[in-house]
Amino acid sequence: MNDIGLTPFLMLSGFLFACGVTCVAVKRNAVAVLMGVELILNSANLNLVAFARFTPAFRLEGQVFTLMVIVLAAAEAAIALAIILNFYNNHATVDVDEATDLKG
Amino acid sequence: MTSLTLPVVLFVIIATATAVSAVALVVERNVVRMAIWLLFTLIGVALLYFLLGAEFIGAAQMIVYVGGTLVLVVFGVMLTAQGPMRELRTRRIEWIVAGALGGALFVLLAVNAWQFSTPTSPDDVLPGVGPLGLSFLGVSETTPPENLAGVPADAPMRRSPVAYLLPFEIVSVHLLVVLIGAAYLARAKRRVKP
Repeated sequence: MNDIGLTPFLMLSGFLFACGVTCVAVKRNAVAVLMGVELILNSANLNLVAFARFTPAFRLEGQVFTLMVIVLAAAEAAIALAIILNFYNNHATVDVDEATDLKG
Repeated sequence: MTSLTLPVVLFVIIATATAVSAVALVVERNVVRMAIWLLFTLIGVALLYFLLGAEFIGAAQMIVYVGGTLVLVVFGVMLTAQGPMRELRTRRIEWIVAGALGGALFVLLAVNAWQFSTPTSPDDVLPGVGPLGLSFLGVSETTPPENLAGVPADAPMRRSPVAYLLPFEIVSVHLLVVLIGAAYLARAKRRVKP
């Protein structure tokens, strides 16, 4: 395990983060934007677990924070889908470009 | 250079599969196929957790993300389907701008990650389910074995004896409130015709 090192995990985490940001920026379907957010959260989780594995002072903390992020991501997905369903009920579309009701 | 041991080979395979799935998630247009690519990405990340020795996190990832969140997302896709093949198309200029943004972000993160040297890593493994659960219940010793970076060596690390009991309770109550709110928000209503 030690022959992999920390850097490849950080590289993969950064790649997943960039993919998630691109997905959030480029998609117009609100559910697809939510998937991009899930990808971003996963990359952060991978970062936390990798640091917990390779830094002796963060053995427990990395895993604890990762569990909390997983639970909060589940809550975030539930509330976001509820909002998307509400928006679809009112506007008959999930295009995020159409969500301009609060625009001044 | 690193030798070609089993963890290295496993890491290369899993990381390649995860990265390819993430790229396919970005470039895919069909939302249902995007959900499938997201499934593969999440499974790849869970396998990486197992590879890192964090079995409980990997299992939680499998259960909560792959089993729960993804099913929720697929339900959302099905409930908001708009006709057979109607897709929301992204303009080409948006692809270019977002791709440049993502590429620049990855380069920035990769340059930063490259400067990290692997800390002196003893061969012991991550704490398992037992210490994790005890720390959540607040009866475990959470003092780190070494001094953290940025903390003076003579200053004693002061931590609350109840380690993670309060965050655990806050997260659980938060989850309860959010799920009640989601059920209230998404309840069946008469649809308003635009």
